[in-house]
Amino acid sequence: MSMATTAPTRRPRVNLAMIAPVVALVVLVLIGMALNPNFLSYANITNVLARSAFIGIIAIGMTFVITAGGLDLSVGSMAAFVAGLMILVMNLLTDSMGGGLPVILLGVALALFAGLAAGFVNGILITRAGIEAFILTLGTMGIYRSLVTWLADGGTLSLGYEMRELYRPVYYGGILGISWPIIVFAVLAILGEITMRHTAFGRHCAAIGSNERVARYSSVAVLRVRLMTYVLLGTLVGIAVVMYVPRLGSASATTGLLWELEAIAAVIIGGTLLKGGFGRVWGTVVGVLILSLIGNLLNLTDFVSPYLNGAIQGVVIILAVVLQRNTGAAR
Amino acid sequence: MRKTLIATTALMGLTAVPALSETIGISIPAATHGWAGALNFHAERTVARLSEANPDMEFVLTTTSDPGQQVSDLEDMVATRGIDALVVLPFESEPLTGPIQRIADSGVWVTVVDRGLSQEGIENLYVAGDNDSFGRTAGQYFADTLDEGAKVVVMRGIASTVDNERVAGFEAALEGSGIEVLAMDHGNWNRDTAFGLMQDWLSRFPEIDAVWAADDDMAVGALAAIDQAGRTDEMFVVGGAGMKEMVDRIRNEDPTVPVNVTYPPSMISTAIEMTVLGLTSGAPMSGEFIIASELITPENADNFYFEDSPY
Repeated sequence: MSMATTAPTRRPRVNLAMIAPVVALVVLVLIGMALNPNFLSYANITNVLARSAFIGIIAIGMTFVITAGGLDLSVGSMAAFVAGLMILVMNLLTDSMGGGLPVILLGVALALFAGLAAGFVNGILITRAGIEAFILTLGTMGIYRSLVTWLADGGTLSLGYEMRELYRPVYYGGILGISWPIIVFAVLAILGEITMRHTAFGRHCAAIGSNERVARYSSVAVLRVRLMTYVLLGTLVGIAVVMYVPRLGSASATTGLLWELEAIAAVIIGGTLLKGGFGRVWGTVVGVLILSLIGNLLNLTDFVSPYLNGAIQGVVIILAVVLQRNTGAAR
Repeated sequence: MRKTLIATTALMGLTAVPALSETIGISIPAATHGWAGALNFHAERTVARLSEANPDMEFVLTTTSDPGQQVSDLEDMVATRGIDALVVLPFESEPLTGPIQRIADSGVWVTVVDRGLSQEGIENLYVAGDNDSFGRTAGQYFADTLDEGAKVVVMRGIASTVDNERVAGFEAALEGSGIEVLAMDHGNWNRDTAFGLMQDWLSRFPEIDAVWAADDDMAVGALAAIDQAGRTDEMFVVGGAGMKEMVDRIRNEDPTVPVNVTYPPSMISTAIEMTVLGLTSGAPMSGEFIIASELITPENADNFYFEDSPY
């Protein structure tokens, strides 16, 4: 609502800040083309996009949470836990039902439900018990991580061979040469962008993030909208897991490590404000692609010592945000 | 497995009497990754076996997830259980050296496993794997099977002394063989990182003859990426540490996974058994016991396959 009044004056100035992440992405692509002829090959592009899908799908949900002034540190552990649970149950079902498509459908349903439930738990404790999002999700992060370690008995949970072969095409297959994770990521990104821009829910998220009290006086159901952002994020974690499990067919204590930070970084690189009040899903998608491309470029060259990979990533993240903040500071 | 452990530890708590029986404390890292999981599995199995064989012997098994907690565990063992011997896999060398030294000074027999302390001469017995031999055994296999001019890629673990020693051993074994190492990068002992790394290497290099993944978790990721690219027939992958899925593929003579190199988590069993033997039989047990890394081949794979192990 407050957006509507400020939008006309903001638009002309925001333009520079708006394209900053895209500029960074284009620069990375140009560097890639110069460094390695295989960079633009079909296989490499597909690999990078499909690999981005997990973090990307989660980051879409994270955009809503952050826009509404929240944060969720538990998503990486949550993904690992949901993946572990899904594999465990699918293996049990295979024993009793003898495998086949129904087991996969049940597994998928379970993953989506578990994600939703986990998001709901985060959301309800943050909104009803009034615990700061940072602390609460730090707590659940530890809980989910321990739970998956416990489920796996410290080792690795692996999907039975037969089920793995049957489920495999969900990651490796696709239509018209575009693999499923890329399609799902793209569809969710478009839906997310529409939700953020053109629905009451999206506007309410921005309103709560920019000024919670004003939003409440404007009769926005603050607690419910905030709860919904966590439920949405949890469900998207479930979807990411559905795409992740068929890749290697396993989950362990190291699954999804640091995904939460990558997702948050992607959201911020994309131009969403960490303090809330303004978010854009397409920016998040660009942010995710920037992060994946850095990793990809470093692997395709011997340009820097592998010990410095983290440093290069850090520099690019900071540069991308600096570009934006300098141009955006005029607001 | 977990339940039985809780049951035995609870039982030990109830029957803890400072009688003439010997008490052995065992402190190891919690099962946070595959190898440590197997470590726990073998520790529990050995304790179960030894408790049965020596009814008058008490075992206290604790698992820790950080060095601070391990120090507290050790203090508790000494203060409340009066241990006669300690088998410890230090979480980190530096912070544990002082506390273990104090325990050793109080007259308790100390066996240190795998990760050495930062001061020499504290422990009575040192049982460890051999990281240099781990890398060298894999490198030797590459040098023996690959032709001159063959191209290989190397996935390293988390940057650490362990990783450096392994890679140094591998490189030393390759020396003079004419094998070209195309690229070396850190896969961090992680399946997902290894998957992405391998995908990128496959895009970058049109010819790869072999992959040294230095750990079976990374080998799993690398194999999936190679499979996806449809280049399974072009190269073989050698992992390490003897994960049961890999051992299974070796004994089924899978040409993509011809061999594996051990870094046995069951070394904890060696340490516990030797400690108990030292206490009960009086046979001399002090010194160092370095477990060489063995090459798992289709011929001997059955000896390395543990059906119940989580790893």
